Amino acid sequence: MWREFLSGVRGELPILVGVVPFGMIYGILALGAGMSATEAQAMSAIVFAGSAQFMLVQLVELGTPALVMILTGFVINLRHALYSASIAPYTRHLSLPWKTIVAYLLTDEAYAVVITYFRKGSEYKHRHWYFLGAGLALWSSWQISSAVGIFLGARVPPEWSLDFTLALTFIALVIPALEDRPSVLAAIAAGVAAVLAFGLPYKLGLLVAALVGIVVGLWGESR
Amino acid sequence: MINFWLVMILIGVLTFATRISFIVMLDRWQTPTVIRRALRFVPVSVLTAIFVPELLMPAGAIDISGNNLRVFAGILAMLVAWKTRSVGWTIVAGMAALLLMQWFV
Repeated sequence: MWREFLSGVRGELPILVGVVPFGMIYGILALGAGMSATEAQAMSAIVFAGSAQFMLVQLVELGTPALVMILTGFVINLRHALYSASIAPYTRHLSLPWKTIVAYLLTDEAYAVVITYFRKGSEYKHRHWYFLGAGLALWSSWQISSAVGIFLGARVPPEWSLDFTLALTFIALVIPALEDRPSVLAAIAAGVAAVLAFGLPYKLGLLVAALVGIVVGLWGESR
Repeated sequence: MINFWLVMILIGVLTFATRISFIVMLDRWQTPTVIRRALRFVPVSVLTAIFVPELLMPAGAIDISGNNLRVFAGILAMLVAWKTRSVGWTIVAGMAALLLMQWFV
């Protein structure tokens, strides 16, 4: 049991190298956008999803209406349903409390590590402890690195252009994911649409652009 | 601001709902294939729709003149991301490029 837990923690370690700076930047940007330290830290615990949190920070700074923030957060996090579907066969035997805990911990970074381990075909009955280990390792580094960023936040002058790290982080996540023609088409379409639709009211341009990207991606795949 | 707490909690609940969705109901419902396929394009579409305006319209309007240093730093970052596939190196290269250009230009 504990062996599984610890190997989960170990499996997650390489990923944490990229996650920790990401969390710190989140904390810094959240304060820069005008959120309080409590709000910023609470968001890391309640939402617990890096890209959505960055997005929300951006939307707070732009003064976006609440409904658009909620819709955007929901759309960005919809991909977790895909992870949920892919992990479900391995969690079927678990109790509801266990399912609840692993679902809360189901982030991009935990999913990537856990599904690789599960697919290796370990039939060990305590393997959900691996999930818990990987998930908690990520969870605690995310909370601590956000806190460090929040602590540093007030001390960072605007000339450092730290807000640019947001765009850079997204570039770093998108470019390696462009593995086939449909995803390249989706990205190009979403980017062009985002610029064209930027002027739409309530920052709806983002949702429109995301939908355009998804539709073009599907179209590219079906050809 | 109370309103923002409400937004945060709602997004948290919705996020948790998507995370637990199939874990609790896989046996009862099969995902339509088109949704399964569409979900694959969600991260790429959303993230690109965010960062492209950040590069091309830093002040809210399209600026593709030589004064918009973020375009150059962004293109360099894309090349680094493509070559290294590393979040860390992409951020370091893009920030270094932007700060150096801000200094000297």
